[in-house]
This record gives sequence, C-alpha cells and structure tokens, in this order.
Amino acid sequence: MSAAPPLRRTPPSRASSASARRSTIRRPQLFAAWALIVPFLIVFAAMFLVPLGYAGYLSTFTSQLVGGEVFSGLANYSRALQDPSFWAGLGRVAMFLFVQVPIMLVIALFIALALDTGRVKGGKFVRLAIFVPYAVPGVVATLMWGYLYGTDSGLIAQLFRAVGLDAPTLLSPQNILGSTMNIVSWEFIGYNMIVLYAALRSVPTEMYEAAEIDGAGAWRTAWSIKIPAIRPAIMLTIIFSVIGSFQLFNEPNLLYSIAPNAIGSDFSPNLYAYNVAFKNQDINYAAAIAFLLGFLIMIISYVVQLATARKERLS
Amino acid sequence: MTLATPSPLVSSSAPTRKEASRARGKRPVERDKRRSSVLTIILWMTLAYFLLPLVWLFLSSTKTNGDLFSTFGLWFGQTFALFDNVGQLFTFQDGIFVRWMGNTALYAITSAVGAALLATMCGYALAKYVFKGRSFVFALILGAVMVPLTALAIPTYLLFSAANLVDTPWAIILPSLVSPFGVYLIRVYAADAVDDSLIEAARIDGAGEFRIFTTIASRLLAPGIVTVLLFALVSTWNNYFLPLIMLNNPALFPATVGLAQWQQAATGGGGAQVLFSTVLTGSFVSIIPLVVAFLFLQRYWQSGLSTGGVKG
Repeated sequence: MSAAPPLRRTPPSRASSASARRSTIRRPQLFAAWALIVPFLIVFAAMFLVPLGYAGYLSTFTSQLVGGEVFSGLANYSRALQDPSFWAGLGRVAMFLFVQVPIMLVIALFIALALDTGRVKGGKFVRLAIFVPYAVPGVVATLMWGYLYGTDSGLIAQLFRAVGLDAPTLLSPQNILGSTMNIVSWEFIGYNMIVLYAALRSVPTEMYEAAEIDGAGAWRTAWSIKIPAIRPAIMLTIIFSVIGSFQLFNEPNLLYSIAPNAIGSDFSPNLYAYNVAFKNQDINYAAAIAFLLGFLIMIISYVVQLATARKERLS
Repeated sequence: MTLATPSPLVSSSAPTRKEASRARGKRPVERDKRRSSVLTIILWMTLAYFLLPLVWLFLSSTKTNGDLFSTFGLWFGQTFALFDNVGQLFTFQDGIFVRWMGNTALYAITSAVGAALLATMCGYALAKYVFKGRSFVFALILGAVMVPLTALAIPTYLLFSAANLVDTPWAIILPSLVSPFGVYLIRVYAADAVDDSLIEAARIDGAGEFRIFTTIASRLLAPGIVTVLLFALVSTWNNYFLPLIMLNNPALFPATVGLAQWQQAATGGGGAQVLFSTVLTGSFVSIIPLVVAFLFLQRYWQSGLSTGGVKG
C-alpha cells in the first residue's frame, strides 16, 4: 500500500487554501457534503438520539399495581440517588477509576516508552504479543481467568502449592474486586500501549536530538519530552478507560456463575441496571439508572478534559 | 520500522522519525543497535502475564474433562484429546457451535462494513467541505463518543421491542452501525491524507464530487478505513451485553452468548450436561479468527491508530 506519496511534496498552506475554498464553495459541493453526511446522521438519530430520548421519557414514569404507568417526574432519579445498591456499584466503579485505570495506564505507558527507545530485543514481537489479549472477547477472557483463579485446581493455586504456599482465594468476596480488575487490565493494557506507542512514533525526531545534545538521559527525555508530546493520546486513553469502567458488565456477570456469594446483583451500576430491567421487570427505574450513568460519564469525561487543558496552559 | 505505509499523519514541516531516518541514512540504525538488556528482560518477563493464560487455554483444549482438573495447567494431560474435543464441540447439540460462529461472523462483518462505510462518508465530508452547520454536526458526534454504548443498550432494547425487532439479527446489526469514534478518526485522518489541491485539480479536470470520493479519497483513506473496519469488527465480534438482552432464540446467538450459556450450564451441572473441556475448546476456537486478522492486518491498523492518538 503506497497511500500518499504524490501529495507529500507540496505542504498544504492551510489558511490560504481554506479561505479560497470558502469563497468558491458551490452548489454541487454543498449537495455532496450533505449527501455524504446524511446516511450516518439518520442511523445516528435512530440508534442513538431516539433511544436516549426514549429512555429519558420512560424514566419519568412509574408503573404501579393499580393504574399502570403514572407520570412521576424525577421520582426515579431521587430513588436512584437514595438506592444503596446504586451507590455500592458506583463505589466499585470509583475504585476502578482510582486504582485499576492508573495502574493499567502507567504499565501501558511504560511498555510503550520502552519499546519506543528501540533498545528491546524482539520489540516487534513483544508489541504484538502484548496486544493479542485485546482480540480476545471479554467473555472468553473472564471464563479463562475464572478457571485460572479456581482455588482447588486452578493454575494459580497449582503454582502456589508447587512452592509450598497456601492457595489464595481469588474468588472470595474480599478478593473478587481485585480479581476483576486484573481481568480488565489483562484485556486492555495492550490496546492502550498500542495507542500510546503509535503516538510516540509520530513525534518529530528533532525534539529528541536536541535533548540528547543537551545531555539528557533516556528517563529525562521520556519524562520531559516524550510524555508531554503525546498528551492528547494519553488523554484519549484516560477517557476511554473512564467510559470502560462505567460500562463494567461482562466480567461480573460471568464471574457470578462461579462466585455467586462474592458478586451480588449490584456489583456494577450496569449490572444493576440489567438486573432491575430484566429480573425485576422495572423498566422505568432501569431507564433512569442508565440515563443517570450516561450523564455521570459525560460530566467526568468533561472534567478530565478540562483538567488536562488547564495543565497544558500552565506548562 | 514496521509501518510499511508512508504515514501522512504529520503534515507539518517537522519530519517524522521515519523521514528523518531515510534522510540521514545510518544514524538512527546505530541508535537501534544499542540494546538495553534490562529493558529487554523486563519486557520479556511481562510477556508471561499476557501469553501464559492463552497457552493454558490451548493446552486445556487438548485435555480430557478429567485431566483438566487433575493435571498441571501448563503442560499436556495424560491423553491428547484435542481432536476429540473439537469433534465433540462441532457435533454437540446438533452442531450449534458452528451456527454460533457463523452468526458472530455475519453480525460482525455486516456491522463493520456498514459502520466503516457510514463513518468514512461522514468523516470525509466533515473534513473536506466547509458548510454551515459543520461544526454543530461534529460537536454532536464528538459528544456521542462519550456516551457508553451499554447505557444505550437498555433503551434500545425497549425501543426495539416496541418495533418487534427484538430476537432478530437486526437487533444486533442496526445499533452496531453507529461508530462516532470512527467518524472522528476518519475526519482527523482525511484532513491530512487527502490534499485539498488534489481535490481542486480533480475538479478542474471535470470530476464530480462523488467520483472524487469514490476513486481518489477512498484510496488515500484506506489505512484509516481499515482501522475503523477492524475496530468495529472487534467490538461487534466481542459484544456480549447487546446480544444477551436482545436475543432469546439460541439459533441466533453469537459465540460469546452461546459460550457463556454453556459455561453456566457446566458449572450449574443442570439437565443439559456440558463438559468443561467443550467450553474451553470452544473458547479457544472462537478467538482464532480475530487474532489472525489482527496479525495479518497489523500494518494497516497501526498506522491508522496513530492518527486518532496524535491529534486527539
């Protein structure tokens, strides 16, 4: 695949070509632009905006034994905010945000920086091998780790016994959160590493060379030049990890069958919404929880962006 | 360097490392020669964490149900039962596993092609045409990147059950056609990969807007399109939540939902006896296609990914 070479030689002078284009925009172009955009917008509206609106609408009703569905305003929301199950799930998500996400991203960043130095033997193989778990479905990953965790004959227990130690109870109520975090990290370290690595490869070389001439070591170069240069990519991985933490569902739902005592119906907010909707048949309340979750994620993503933007301005 | 595609990602005057290495000949190669044994050892040790579970999964699919729990996890069992297990997997319950894999492929490929097509058209138009409402449309799509798909799944289910679409393939394919992140990625990619002057030149030569899109732009966007295609493929292939709530008929299940149900039957030990060895062999077989696809298409998605990250 040779994609771009013919165009590379003439660097586009952005401002001038944009203004030239603006003055020459003609009817057929306007038509083409909308014709290309509208198909996506139609599906987007039908599969995104309409369900969102419908959830908002449903969440303002309450079904009663007598009289069916009754408009109840924000009652479902105040119920959710007072629901210990909802908060318990959010608490675990908070643990994910403050423990699992930082650990996962620091490891991913370390591996990406190490591979980017080009000093690792077989770096290409290492990079692909670490990425492979991303291609494994969450269902298979959870199922597999569930067997590995098993206290009687799981691999981890076997290894502990081989060196004469007691097997850890990784599926007990105290440890299940950490065990879940490990599964999620295993799945996504490679993906985040690849995003960060790809960003590192496109940082202009001159920036390193200047630092090297000034006598900066590898650590110093990584900390003061490489990491600031890929800040947008780091932010992308943070936001995606935040969204991922709120979506937690597959892992607890599957671990439930092998550790029913350790995982309740409210392990994560998403699992709780699912159980409310399909086990308790309380659609309206489930809609309110789903809506509230989406709202929370938007706020947190916005705060993350704002914090990063401010740091950029300060430095 | 593994990125075979000349990356049109950084169009500023600063050369990327690759261009620099081309220009300056040997110097960066010398730099690469200075291997660090500490880093090499650390990274190769982390490989154990990422690969041993998969090695275990492969070895488990070669064991009989009894050996699974009585022999050491990282070595073969007493009898080599891989072919028995695969045979059992493909014939169990009238070979429903084959059907599940077929469903997975159908849902994933249809959704990925559709999502990539829609995202490419929209992203290209947002990057290359200046028109009223452009920034509003882009802001709307960017905001949607933040909304978790699972928060949408329950509302979508309610809507689909009102429209009688639940328990059909459409219930999986239609929601998976929307990829706001794909639009974002193509938009960023197109801004650099498709030169405005080239479009102008084509216009002067009398090419229509759609011809420019289908013959010139789509070719230049290929790495970006493959990236969107591949990641849409993965998200549908690996999806569990959506099919779990949308489908009741086992004949429509994708492999994820089917395997999860077998696993529950195996641990529950209920009426329909499923062997653990069958579940694990099924798990192993189900991950092969995606892993192979990623390894073969790596040069495309790796160059496509760097765009989204850099300009994010």
